[in-house]
Amino acid sequence: MTSTDELRELARKCRVHIVNMVHRAQAGHPGGSLSEIDLLAALYKTTLRVRPDDPDWEDRDRFILSKGHASPGMYAILAEMGFITVDDLASYRVLGGICQGHVDMKWCPGVDFSAGSLGMGLSFGMGSAIAGRLAGSERQIYVMLGDGEIQEGSVWEAAMAAAHHELGNLNVILDRNRIQNDDFCEAQMRMFDIPAKWKAFGWNVKEIDGHNMEEIVDGLTFLSTSNDGPSILIAHTVKGHGVSFMADNPAFHGAAPNDEQYAQAMAELGEVVA
Amino acid sequence: MSKMAATRDGYGDALLELASNPKVVVLEADLGKSTKSLHFRKAHPERTVSCGIGEQNMLLVGAGLAASGYIPFASTFAIFTERAFEQMRNGVARPNLAVHVCGSHGGTHTGTDGSSAQSIEDLAIYRTLPNVIVMHPSDVVSTKVLTMQLAASNSPSYTRTARNKTPVLYEGREDEIKIGKGIVLREGNDVAIIACGVMVSESLKAAEALANDGIHATVVDMHTLKPLDAELINQLVASCGAIVTAEDHSIIGGLGGAVAEHLTSNTYAPLERVGVKDRFGESGEADQMLEIMEISAPHIAAAAHRAVDRKA
Repeated sequence: MTSTDELRELARKCRVHIVNMVHRAQAGHPGGSLSEIDLLAALYKTTLRVRPDDPDWEDRDRFILSKGHASPGMYAILAEMGFITVDDLASYRVLGGICQGHVDMKWCPGVDFSAGSLGMGLSFGMGSAIAGRLAGSERQIYVMLGDGEIQEGSVWEAAMAAAHHELGNLNVILDRNRIQNDDFCEAQMRMFDIPAKWKAFGWNVKEIDGHNMEEIVDGLTFLSTSNDGPSILIAHTVKGHGVSFMADNPAFHGAAPNDEQYAQAMAELGEVVA
Repeated sequence: MSKMAATRDGYGDALLELASNPKVVVLEADLGKSTKSLHFRKAHPERTVSCGIGEQNMLLVGAGLAASGYIPFASTFAIFTERAFEQMRNGVARPNLAVHVCGSHGGTHTGTDGSSAQSIEDLAIYRTLPNVIVMHPSDVVSTKVLTMQLAASNSPSYTRTARNKTPVLYEGREDEIKIGKGIVLREGNDVAIIACGVMVSESLKAAEALANDGIHATVVDMHTLKPLDAELINQLVASCGAIVTAEDHSIIGGLGGAVAEHLTSNTYAPLERVGVKDRFGESGEADQMLEIMEISAPHIAAAAHRAVDRKA
């Protein structure tokens, strides 16, 4: 079992990759990658049954990054897990590179869903969950949604349908970072009581601090052991967490740091830049 | 040609026959009674997924199933598939996942439900998507055969069926039907009428009338709009020198559009397009709709005369 200290160190390394990728590309989405990365580090290291040397293993658990713009976070953990190399991260947003702007199952090993358009991953996950049930497989399906993303109406079509079909193998992690493209979610579209909404749709619901490793590990256990119906872990996070000037700052939803900011970010993340 | 049947029943029959393949899964959006997937549901409820009245979710549930090795067939009214166009584009076509979408009740022939239910743009929009097979079969037999062939295809697809009965054309001729290959139903050397769906039998009627005027028409059932049978079109240009397209669909972007695009880039023949002239429909009986939309047999015959007159 990986210790929470080790998970924190893994997440730190991923944060360094994230900042490197968006700085190198001078484009991309650091904020949502930094908010999700503690969750992804723990999910991949403690919970997901996947094989980096056999990414298409039929009976693997599926991870579906529905908020596909937060791809640097996913590429970072895929590199740390050995699905791709750290060198591959340099191909982020580069012509012909496996690290496409939004995660794409046709381009990158370990990616199970071609994302990029918000509101699609939960439905895809529902299909994956039904497939697992039809195949008599124990595989679990994990879908990461953004909080802004759940403003898409089709998310609720899927939420209703997944509960109707009692898909206990379907799990959502909601990255509740409170910021979307243009502004704070609260300014763009108030969402009121998010846990109550999911409960009303028939889901098992748990809330955690999405940057507290102990709570994350507990939350993932909740997901993998709640099998009487679909379950959602609402993770309260801070967009841009780990880099002071990006934290809770809507400007860094989809913007890259300049050289000076990059140096500061690396210093804050404990990396020495040559 | 007195026997009549609805193409949507061919879809339902095909699903039932495909059920022997345990990978085939049927998805419904509360219209299984109409699209005819209900027979599969009755026989195999464990492999039928109700998605409620939620088409966007349905198409992506299909994508998830296809990505896990299943063969999903999803149906609703043609018009309601359009609500999920972006799901079809980004979630199905782009990752090239073999989800088979059937849109029933296509065209103005749908009749008295009125314009909200008469999809006249479905073929055009799905034709713009890379990887997607687009079909509009003309009769119950070919719909069944083509639907069954889809199960062996690795490409996503969109098939339009019709609500109302049309003449049965292919009884005993199942072997002639193949995805991507137009079928020559009648041969003549003056003009070629290329039609799809309910307009194929209208075109045969038109050819009969044209023969009385001394014009000998070839009639082709172009049940597959994409990939288009370009080789056949080239042969028709060579043998007839004038082309008419006929479809119960907008004159923009459907079969007429596909043939025009091919002619523009490859060869030349005068082309007359019979289709819905950039307008919406209204409530009316199926045959009344073909009349009021100016796409019935006499209108096809008139278009053939124009095409012949335009030959150099």
